[in-house]
Formats: sequence, C-alpha cells, structure tokens
Amino acid sequence: MRYLIFFSIGAGLWLLLTLTLRIDTLIAGAVVVILASIIFGGYFTGRPVKFLQPHRIIWFIIYIPFFIWYMLKANIDVAYRVLHPGRPIKPGIVKIRTTLKTDIAKVFLANSITLTPGTMTCDIDGEFLYIHWIWVQSEDITEASKIIAQPFEIFLRRIFE
Amino acid sequence: MISPLGWLIIWIGILFDILGTVGLIRFPDVYNRLQASTKCVTLGTFGIMIGIFLLKGFSPMGIKALICGAFLLLTSPVAAHALMRGSLHFGQKMWKGTVIDQYGVEKLGGAQIEKED
Repeated sequence: MRYLIFFSIGAGLWLLLTLTLRIDTLIAGAVVVILASIIFGGYFTGRPVKFLQPHRIIWFIIYIPFFIWYMLKANIDVAYRVLHPGRPIKPGIVKIRTTLKTDIAKVFLANSITLTPGTMTCDIDGEFLYIHWIWVQSEDITEASKIIAQPFEIFLRRIFE
Repeated sequence: MISPLGWLIIWIGILFDILGTVGLIRFPDVYNRLQASTKCVTLGTFGIMIGIFLLKGFSPMGIKALICGAFLLLTSPVAAHALMRGSLHFGQKMWKGTVIDQYGVEKLGGAQIEKED
C-alpha cells in the first residue's frame, strides 16, 4: 500500500516536472519511479491517510507564511551580523528538549530550526536536540527550549501528531 | 503588475546570496560559516525561484521553478546538518570565542573549542 502511494506521488512529480506525454519520457520516468519506490517506499509513512485530514492541511497552510516570516527575520539577522564592523557573535552549542514524538515531526522541527534566526541543528538524540546558536541567550535547557523550539512545536504538533 | 514584483523578488534573492557569501568570508570557523551560508543562500535561491514563477506563471518553466524551490527548502537544511555533524565528529575545533559546547562535553569527551593563545 505505501509503495503504491509513494509510486503515485513520484509519478505525479515527474509529470509536473516534464509536462509532456511523449512515450520515451514516460518510460524513463516509470523506470526511475519504480526503482525509487522499491528502495525508499519502506521508509514512507505507515498511515498516509492521516495527512489528508482537513485540520492538518489548514494548520500546514497557516504554517507556511509563519515559516517564511521567520526565514526573512533570520536573513536580516545574519545580514546585520555580517555587515556590522564589530562582527557581534557569541556562538555555542546548547541542548534543548522537544515534546514532539513522531520522527517526521522531529525532522520538520530540525529543518525549521536550521532556517530560523541564529540557530542550527547539529544532532538529534531521542527527545534532545543539540543546537548551534550564533548568539547564546541562555545555557539552561528549559529556557533555551522555550526560546528556540516552542514557536514551531505549537504548529508541528497540530500538523503531524 | 506581476512582472516588476517578480524582478524585485529576484533581486532581493541575489542580494541575500551575496550577503551569504560575505558571511562565508567574514565569520571565523566552519560552524558560523555554515550558519551564514545556509540561511542566506536558501532564502536567496528560493526567492529567485519564486521570482521566476511570478514572471512565467503556470508555464512549464514556472512550475519547474516552483518544484525546485520546494525541494530546496526541504533538502538544504538536511545537507547543512550533515556537514555540521560531520565536521564535529571529524574533530574540527570551534572558534576561541565560543562560550559553551554541550555536544562535545556529552558526546565527544570534552569541549571542542580552540585554545586561547
């Protein structure tokens, strides 16, 4: 079942990328997508229907502008640190705790943290994340979790769990 | 109306790409450089893709640009994460102004910070 869903998503992406119905592109796409779904289909989510529930999709649509706003803030922050003559950085690696349980939610949390102001994920170990922070505001685990992870956890919990 | 907006977004994207490159030169160690280059280059290139989509609309080129942008947002943080974890485990030292290294203390047996000289 999950192989079939993986195959149809891959085929849809291939059709969107090529936008032709010529027989040779279709055959090439079929070969690639079948190989990909044999290799990676097993890693695909076990309950795909979960992600079609309307409230998850609505929260995801709300999450996109929120995320782009944070990305813009991150870039203005980096621009400030790059162009400032004194180069104001105070880097360090801190540890935070997340309340998210599923793997896909943790992946999205790590990616969101990487693209937002001054923080970047180094490693995930169970419920702990190691974060490289360009301006360490707090070395305490609860306070750092509150500053770094909480804005995203509110959304990601509703989308993925 | 759409066309000037598309060009504006493309130029903002190029500006952030340039800033990311400046950060790559100015920051002291590999971790801070990864921060600057990942954030700025991801948003910069994403901006260029969105600009192309606004200029071309729902044509083959515009749809391709949109899909490329979405994949960029998904894959670029993962690549940066792999590079960062790789350099930590390789033993690359952090800049001497670093204030705390909990990862090194807990996983690598001691903070990986350059000695002050």
